[in-house]
Amino acid sequence: MEAVRFDNVKFSYRDDGSGFAVNGVSLSIEEGQFVAILGRNGSGKSTLAKLINALIVPTSGTVSVFGMDTADDKKTFEIRKSAGMVFQNPDNQTVASIVEDDVAFGPENIGVPREEIGKRIDFALDAVGMQEFRHSTPAKLSGGQKQRIAIAGVLALMPKIMILDESTAMLDPKGRREVMAVIKKLNREQGITVILITHFMDEALQADRAIVMHRGEVVMDGAPEEIFSRSDELEMYNLTLPRAAYICKKLQAAGMPVANAFTAEELAEAICASLQKG
Amino acid sequence: MLNDVIFGQYYPQKSFVHRMDPRAKIVLMIAYIVAIFLANNFYGLAAVVLFLIVAVLFSRVPFGSVLRSVKMILFLIVFTAILNLFFYSTENVHLIWQWGILSLSWESVINMIFLALRLFLLVMGTSILTLTTAPVELTDGIESLLKPLKYIKFPVHELALIMSIALRFIPTLMDETNRIIAAQKARGADFETGGLFKRAKAMIPVLIPLLVSAFRRAEELGDAMDARCYSGAKGRTKYKKLTFTWRDLAATFVVAALITGVVLLNIYLGGKFDILYYFL
Repeated sequence: MEAVRFDNVKFSYRDDGSGFAVNGVSLSIEEGQFVAILGRNGSGKSTLAKLINALIVPTSGTVSVFGMDTADDKKTFEIRKSAGMVFQNPDNQTVASIVEDDVAFGPENIGVPREEIGKRIDFALDAVGMQEFRHSTPAKLSGGQKQRIAIAGVLALMPKIMILDESTAMLDPKGRREVMAVIKKLNREQGITVILITHFMDEALQADRAIVMHRGEVVMDGAPEEIFSRSDELEMYNLTLPRAAYICKKLQAAGMPVANAFTAEELAEAICASLQKG
Repeated sequence: MLNDVIFGQYYPQKSFVHRMDPRAKIVLMIAYIVAIFLANNFYGLAAVVLFLIVAVLFSRVPFGSVLRSVKMILFLIVFTAILNLFFYSTENVHLIWQWGILSLSWESVINMIFLALRLFLLVMGTSILTLTTAPVELTDGIESLLKPLKYIKFPVHELALIMSIALRFIPTLMDETNRIIAAQKARGADFETGGLFKRAKAMIPVLIPLLVSAFRRAEELGDAMDARCYSGAKGRTKYKKLTFTWRDLAATFVVAALITGVVLLNIYLGGKFDILYYFL
């Protein structure tokens, strides 16, 4: 089933409608997909995320989530229930001083009965592996832990789509790994459609599909391996290769016969293989 | 520093008082304050002291922590006491010393002791509430108690949410303040020297970025709340339920007994100066 659909969507933050942050985007995301949206600052990737969640509505064109038009006021709640969004700064999306109260915020808003909220908190905290912190205060947690709580807060609304708007950008490498592991697990085990907006190329490698945005337009769209093998094009959009892919390319340029590799493990194997041959 | 004032107060413990319904605690605290002001002789205050000791024992908070709360307003107590000592005037005074409008009498000494004692009891009693109730429970309790005001269109839910978000953001903004101070110091800002005025002025480059960032945070928080389907009090459920239990009932009886006791002591044992007239 089609989870998200963009039809020639334009969006401008200015009243006069000039300077489109998103300029004529058409794309379709299938349910269950793990999509990474890449792009440098100001490429329109965060705007794209807000359009899906109905936080903003297109200036022209239509965005629909499971067939529901985001411009339809009556559907706003349904859309937000099915497409949850996690933001960049974990500190700015926590409303309560206690973890379980914060996770309960979403279900409370949509009028879920009390006993059911308890179950949802259990489910969400288990899913992100934070059950033991249920009664702690978010202020005392690490960045990665706080972001996992934010994910749990969205998860408690039982969404089918989870949009992560640079949710790993402010985290240290450890926190980033924690959050990525949780996202991947949700995608695999719960079948949740993941839309990951990021400027970390290594994260995009874990997705099924990568979309590159540049000046409000979709300029590349395909499997991450395919995208990363077009390194000259990426350079044009001021994006770099994942570190292992970059090293691999340099090795190839230096005359070492290594196969294309994108992750550290793949690269290690490729190097071993080429050494054995030589 | 501010962190300690607001959060350092709560003393986590699993005691009788901690487990009470925050609503009951708030109402009983008000009743306790009434008892303090009803008492017009030392016997009544002694009854209040007795109640306070029992309450502290049942809360399993060390007496030291309760006394610490008095430290913060000790200056205020001493100041009021001194003013009362010299400016108190009443009929049939037993003067000790007089100079212009300043006078010192046995009555004013007794009055000062009485007043200081009242203030001490007031602060210690109310600190039991904040020591045994987490800020979140307090806001929940206040929200629940103010519920009747909804009928006159008072935004009870909004007020409670604002209070709990404010509490939630205090540590975040404290961290931020410390970071900004460090950043300004790194650029040579001087916060330690100079008079009060100069130091207050040095805080401006800290407060402005803090304010700007608070606004940015507010905007992001608004988006995050929207994304989580927030739409005001309508159609909203609550996860945490406050329940009135046998503990609350028992405590209510004890406080009722305290007030009755104080009133009876007032009636049968006379005013606060009786002790004085017994000796003079």
